Amino acid sequence: MPIVHMTVPSGKRIELEVKTGTPIMRAAVDAGTEGIIGECGGAAMCGTCHVLVDEAWLDRLPLMSQNEDDMLECTAVPRQANSRLSCQLRMTEELEGLELTLPERQR
Amino acid sequence: METVIDKIPHVDVDPWTPELIDEPYEMHELVREAGPVAYIPKYDLFVVGRHAEVQAVLTNWETFISSAGVGLANFRHEAPFRPKSILLEADPPDHTVVRTVISRIMSPKNLQQLRDLFEAEAITMVDRVLEKRQVDGVKDIAEYFPLKVFPDAVGLETEGRDNLLLYGDMVFNALGPRNELFERSMEKLKPVSSWIMDHCTREALRPGGLGHLIYEAADKGEINQDQAAMLVRSFLSAGVDTTIGGIANILLTLARHPAEYAKLHANPALARQTFEEGLRYESIVQTIFRTTGKPAEIAGVSIDEDRKVLTLLGSANRDPRKWSEPNRFNVERNPVGHVTFGAGIHGCVGQMIARMEGEIVLRALAKKVKRIELTGRHKRHHNNSLRAMHSLPLELVPA
Repeated sequence: MPIVHMTVPSGKRIELEVKTGTPIMRAAVDAGTEGIIGECGGAAMCGTCHVLVDEAWLDRLPLMSQNEDDMLECTAVPRQANSRLSCQLRMTEELEGLELTLPERQR
Repeated sequence: METVIDKIPHVDVDPWTPELIDEPYEMHELVREAGPVAYIPKYDLFVVGRHAEVQAVLTNWETFISSAGVGLANFRHEAPFRPKSILLEADPPDHTVVRTVISRIMSPKNLQQLRDLFEAEAITMVDRVLEKRQVDGVKDIAEYFPLKVFPDAVGLETEGRDNLLLYGDMVFNALGPRNELFERSMEKLKPVSSWIMDHCTREALRPGGLGHLIYEAADKGEINQDQAAMLVRSFLSAGVDTTIGGIANILLTLARHPAEYAKLHANPALARQTFEEGLRYESIVQTIFRTTGKPAEIAGVSIDEDRKVLTLLGSANRDPRKWSEPNRFNVERNPVGHVTFGAGIHGCVGQMIARMEGEIVLRALAKKVKRIELTGRHKRHHNNSLRAMHSLPLELVPA
């Protein structure tokens, strides 16, 4: 299974296995990852699966929908240039090794 | 020739009988344990009841489409009872445009501005019910609160709000079969529908409300004026009965689980999670359908194009493959991933305001009410898709 590297709010770096086709938020929540909520279950409604993407990977991600763009205005830690909602990032083989950092808080 | 229907388990049930509407859980188990996908002969219908398959069907909008209706009726062959919803009964790309507009209006940021108002209303309400002590949890709390704060937020006048209850009942009955429940709620179709449509106009709505925000999106050209009225209709159809049922169900559940209520009373910060676990435990929406827009596959089973697939939301929420001790109500559980609000691009657009309403009511109760006790038997209100309640006799013991 492809691996995603995630730095969680405590500073710990974890490896997350994400099945191809699965949104990264879902895999992180199922694994009980600290620092991610995903309250709305992946409908891009709650802004609580906010991630910061390593610059080198930014261009390789799927384009952002208008909806995700709007919802990033609602995150607890203000959005940055490399902010995404991890419920909108479905795993692909090409994303093997993706580097993500979780913001300090989601709510 | 052997068809796919011969190869999958048959479950000989009718989920829309009064008995199964009252107590669906054994039927859920039957469907879940029969297999990942089963067949209901009476309605010539495919059904999924496990969390993984329910989730898979709901999130694959390319295959399992909504534009042929999200009820039993297939709009490719039958006329809908009302003009189709441009939000719920639509597919991308049409759906994407309107969804984006309404998502933004219902965003957590916008809703935050309503929070103080909602909290003040909840405190007043709790003071009043505590004075009475003996209350009907449905009329005095579950209906009272959403019927006050939500239409206020939309900008609807106070007069005639009972029409919202009748209309919601109609909309959710219409997602099921054409049975007695459907016929009975349709008896008032004309007057109620025209009341609703009259109140979807810009002129009928108070400036500054959520309704007017939709019309402002139309002024900017993101949607047109007719679409704006249709989206206000979506608010009025889906935003009241559902929240009412969610609150009624959690009140019943807490009354039946005094030890769990005690945890909430001791720590009102658990309110949001408690409401969420309540939504998992008793899914307010029980049944929703998709239609195969092309040949499809569920767990290795091929299904032809143009077939109806029923997803049992309440069943997915208690699937032991997904949840440990699924039949246990546990306020300390993290219930993220329940499908009470659906999932994917059609996930309930009002879910954040529903959560806020539920959380605020529970927090206000938790602070001032020591115990919630059942003083009689609750009565379910029968609806083809909702787990709704008619009455809930309670005694509230002050802290």
